[in-house]
Amino acid sequence: MDRREPGAGFSDGAARLRVAVHKFGSCDGCQLAFLNAGPALLALAEAVELVHFLEAGLDDPDARVDVAFVEGSIGTSEEAERIRAVRERARVLVAIGACATTGGVQALRNLADAGGWVARTYPEPDRVHVLPESAPVRAHVAVDLELAGCPVTTRAVTETVASLLRGALPAPRHEKLCLECKRAGLACVMVSRGEPCLGPVTAAGCGALCPGLGRGCYGCFGPSELPEAGALAARLRALGLDAAAVRRRLLAIHAGVPAFQQAALRQVGEEDGDGR
Amino acid sequence: MPEPGWLPLQRADALLATLREAGYRVVGPQVADGIIRYGPLGEAAALPWGVRVEADAGRWRLRRTGEGRAFAWANGPQALKPLLFAPEETLWRTDADGRPAPQAPEAPPPTAVIGVRACDLAALALLDAHFLRPGREDPWYAARRSGLLLVAVHCTHPAATCFCASTGDGPEAREGHDLALWELEEGWLVEAAGAAGERLLAALPLEAPPAGAAERARTEVAAAAAAQTRRLPEGPLQARLFERLDHPRWAQVGERCLACGSCTAVCPTCFCHAAEERPGLDGSSARVRRWSSCFTEGHSYIHGIVLRPDARSRYRQWLTHKLGAWHAQYGRSGCVGCGRCIAWCPAAIDLVEEMEAIVGDA
Ligand code: SF4
Ligand code: SF4
Ligand code: SF4
Repeated sequence: MDRREPGAGFSDGAARLRVAVHKFGSCDGCQLAFLNAGPALLALAEAVELVHFLEAGLDDPDARVDVAFVEGSIGTSEEAERIRAVRERARVLVAIGACATTGGVQALRNLADAGGWVARTYPEPDRVHVLPESAPVRAHVAVDLELAGCPVTTRAVTETVASLLRGALPAPRHEKLCLECKRAGLACVMVSRGEPCLGPVTAAGCGALCPGLGRGCYGCFGPSELPEAGALAARLRALGLDAAAVRRRLLAIHAGVPAFQQAALRQVGEEDGDGR
Repeated sequence: MPEPGWLPLQRADALLATLREAGYRVVGPQVADGIIRYGPLGEAAALPWGVRVEADAGRWRLRRTGEGRAFAWANGPQALKPLLFAPEETLWRTDADGRPAPQAPEAPPPTAVIGVRACDLAALALLDAHFLRPGREDPWYAARRSGLLLVAVHCTHPAATCFCASTGDGPEAREGHDLALWELEEGWLVEAAGAAGERLLAALPLEAPPAGAAERARTEVAAAAAAQTRRLPEGPLQARLFERLDHPRWAQVGERCLACGSCTAVCPTCFCHAAEERPGLDGSSARVRRWSSCFTEGHSYIHGIVLRPDARSRYRQWLTHKLGAWHAQYGRSGCVGCGRCIAWCPAAIDLVEEMEAIVGDA
């Protein structure tokens, strides 16, 4: 990995960063963070030279770039090969969004017999080259920075570009949503409404969108640092959720996260026998 | 000190009018989204009339009683702290060429806060000691602090989570305020402390208090103290806490604690913050300070190592600092007994109960 000293610059002195946006197993939503930038899009277009970005009509996947933004999880053998090529052609690789950073919603299959499904569903299962697990990009190649979110925010993407233009990787942020929620002046929805909330195990970054609407957090931004999922599961049970509901909450978006998986599967033993 | 005067509740708006005439913007508690928040107060009718707070570990609810009092509740999640120590603010900027573009702290208009509790005043004294330390004044805090006028209300209805009587900080507001209200069913007994308060008292259209009002008011506040059931263990806790760093209870509370930092966010004396750089695409950049917490990994991150990697060590850091090391740092404990950390802990962890378990037997 060609990781430079801070300040050395990533674009070899060129005024603009050469950027590619790649898609893997995903819904395309995160890429829209670029197109949805609004007025910042003009500044963004000045700061970077986009060379590959299918959503924007640019098709040059093999170009060498300063920064490759990668959306989506790695779930097929074709993707596993392609991500290595992307890595080789990029100085900096930034994984964006839930799929690319945790395996995404589709990592639910990691807990099931995905191979068996393929065999039962398709007349010629050999043509389906699906890997047993939907994995984050980091499971296959070195990743320089991860931006969480389902979807990732325009702000995170623009700040990353701004930082890379100065030759520095932004500091990773794994702070918990609870702090962002309190800074926004919101009251804890678990305490004031008894709403189940994943905030205590979820990374900040969304601006506490759901608590701001009186709802509990669904965990779009993936695991925070020190995600005490077991302790949270115990508290959710005390608030009246049954084991199945706790399990669904923990696995809904980030079934690929070991801490969430363990806490969710522990719920199985605790109550209603059938795990899925 | 001038004699206290009487403001019948029907004329509560006279208090706001007098404050406005004296040049203050008025901020006060109001019911919003099911909680009590402090914000710009247009009229006395917007105060939390006829509500009480039902709080316990991990639970806080408003109950409507319809009774004719505006302050029959104890406290909400925040009071003065966010008004002075901004949850998030830009400290300075650099322009597109990397030159510093200084940001003078913006002084807000003079602000009068109605409905400040005794515990809030005690907490404010601690925030002042921290942010206004001679020679080390924080200009952003100082700018907001300088124009602040405080209208305290003595507590008559503590929440089950309140334990200010045991920390010696309430429920009667003793210092740091400009005006104080004793609330009775029919009116407010208004008292002044200090020059600014006395000028306002003289400007208020007050009446002579009804017979026995002062005695009744004092009796109610004394009853509020007696009604508190939670108490911190007595005595200097600093040495005892540090003797018990290996107490098994730390691990037990660590099992339940989510390390979410909510307790430190609602605590009126917690002041930890983090700073981050927010670069713009044009080459400019902003240095932003925001509330942080000893429950974050960043708080104990030193050169590649997180010294406090688990909830047990983070919780222990919080309590041993707040109730122990604060004595050496600020001459008293960092806890004013407001009970916010107990009510607003999503895991229902009770600081008083934990202290009982760890140092209560000594
Ligand atoms: S430690 Fe808890 S009870 Fe004490 S001042 Fe802070 S929030 Fe209030
Ligand atoms: S802790 Fe004391 S002063 Fe604070 S709200 Fe409760 S009773 Fe009032
Ligand atoms: S004690 Fe409660 S509020 Fe504080 S960090 Fe732990 S779980 Fe969060």
